[in-house]
Amino acid sequence: MSLPPEKQAHPMKTTPLHAQHLALNAKMAEFAGYDMPIQYPLGVLGEHNWTREKCGVFDVSHMGQIWLEGAGAAALWEHLTPSAISKLGHGVAKYSVLTNEEGGMVDDLIITRLSEDKFFAVINAGCKDKDIGWIKSHLPDDAKLTIHDDRALIAIQGPLSEKIVRETLNIDCSNLGYMRYFEHGPHWISRLGYTGEDGFEISIPQDIAAQIWGKLLQHSDVKPVGLAARDSLRLEMGYPLYGHDIDATTSPLEADLGWIMGKDKTGYIGYDAIKNHMGGKALRKRVGVRLTDKGIAREGAEIFTLSGEKLGDLTSGGFSPTLSEAIGQGYINPHKANIGDDVLVRVRGRDIKGVLTALPFVKPKTKATPKQKSA
Amino acid sequence: MSDIKYTSDHEWMKIEGNTAWIGITTYARHALGDLVYLELPENGRSLKKGDNFAVVESVKAASEIYTPVSGKIVAVNDALSDNLEDLKEDLDKGWIIKIEMSDAAEAQGLMDATSYKKYTESLS
Repeated sequence: MSLPPEKQAHPMKTTPLHAQHLALNAKMAEFAGYDMPIQYPLGVLGEHNWTREKCGVFDVSHMGQIWLEGAGAAALWEHLTPSAISKLGHGVAKYSVLTNEEGGMVDDLIITRLSEDKFFAVINAGCKDKDIGWIKSHLPDDAKLTIHDDRALIAIQGPLSEKIVRETLNIDCSNLGYMRYFEHGPHWISRLGYTGEDGFEISIPQDIAAQIWGKLLQHSDVKPVGLAARDSLRLEMGYPLYGHDIDATTSPLEADLGWIMGKDKTGYIGYDAIKNHMGGKALRKRVGVRLTDKGIAREGAEIFTLSGEKLGDLTSGGFSPTLSEAIGQGYINPHKANIGDDVLVRVRGRDIKGVLTALPFVKPKTKATPKQKSA
Repeated sequence: MSDIKYTSDHEWMKIEGNTAWIGITTYARHALGDLVYLELPENGRSLKKGDNFAVVESVKAASEIYTPVSGKIVAVNDALSDNLEDLKEDLDKGWIIKIEMSDAAEAQGLMDATSYKKYTESLS
């Protein structure tokens, strides 16, 4: 049978927590050039459910952490993204994308405004070099880019996260709202994540990463969670994964990310292309697909109407541990089908019945967004 | 008296005369992690050595299962679909298909239990 590869021949980068993953007997594999924990002995189903019920911690130090600062920083974000970044309050984080001239996406990212002229952003591991080159190529004289490759990033996700951070790190986050940021000594703490649960991403200097990781894991309600469960958790939330569900050829409107776009915003990179997709004119749209018959459909599976007309392809898919059924996301022609329509998904030549579904598949349990902007 | 053989792709095969029961090894089971779906073949299908006859899905990925011998499927273990925990080296419950071999000599090059154990140890 065809088993997943066990070892990589070529050298890989490692995170500051690599030795910890090996000591925990994680199953390791390459992701974006890094030797990363795919799962720990608990297994992907157990890790997924533990995160939904208690608290999972994830090493996401492979992701890129950057600062953009200076009088021209806000204007640069306005140029690079379709979002109204200059309207963000201080200490407020926003999900956005870097657009290219064709209206596609260079990457998706979280941008946090630290102060009037200073921004923190977290970018995808696999896009780091490309993003940094892209930002540098547009960098004005009055903005400065700093790359924090000396910092680790740990995600703490699940309903018990606030309690865990208080009990293990002695940091009180009870006044921190969803998509909000504050600094506690060397800890840069953001209340957000990629699982749909309440939780935090904590950036720390790499030399204290192992100590922080160890403190978190000492708590009986905490388990380490690998990239496999990170993927099934984000899939249930309908979050896109860059390089699969969104890429240089998909526009934010096709990707159903219209909500990140600043109202009536024009003039950013790619606007001329993206405006052709406004008013429902995009020829493809990202949607969810739930399989109603047995089977699992993954990236690349074709989606058809019941009468056999092709609608599009799945861009990711798998088993949802929370729903105990197969789910996926993909692009369909919105002029030929709608949410709620029955479809067929072709897996190895076999057509499996499914239904087009609005995203997310599972209701997020993130903390309420504060009405007031942070100071 | 039955004979158990193993492939380098981690299938096991129990042979009695011209009949073989084929499943996947416990080593493979552990490598796959949590299983969520097994796609079984139609009974009566003819297979050539090396053909993919079933697919097992873990949360992470799909893995194809191959037959080490040619022949015709004469039984499919449908009960496995709802009892995926049995999909391992369990000669009574863990077999996926029973096959009537068309060329029993194809099984001769396969590993015995001792060789297979050494082989898996060399992989880790």
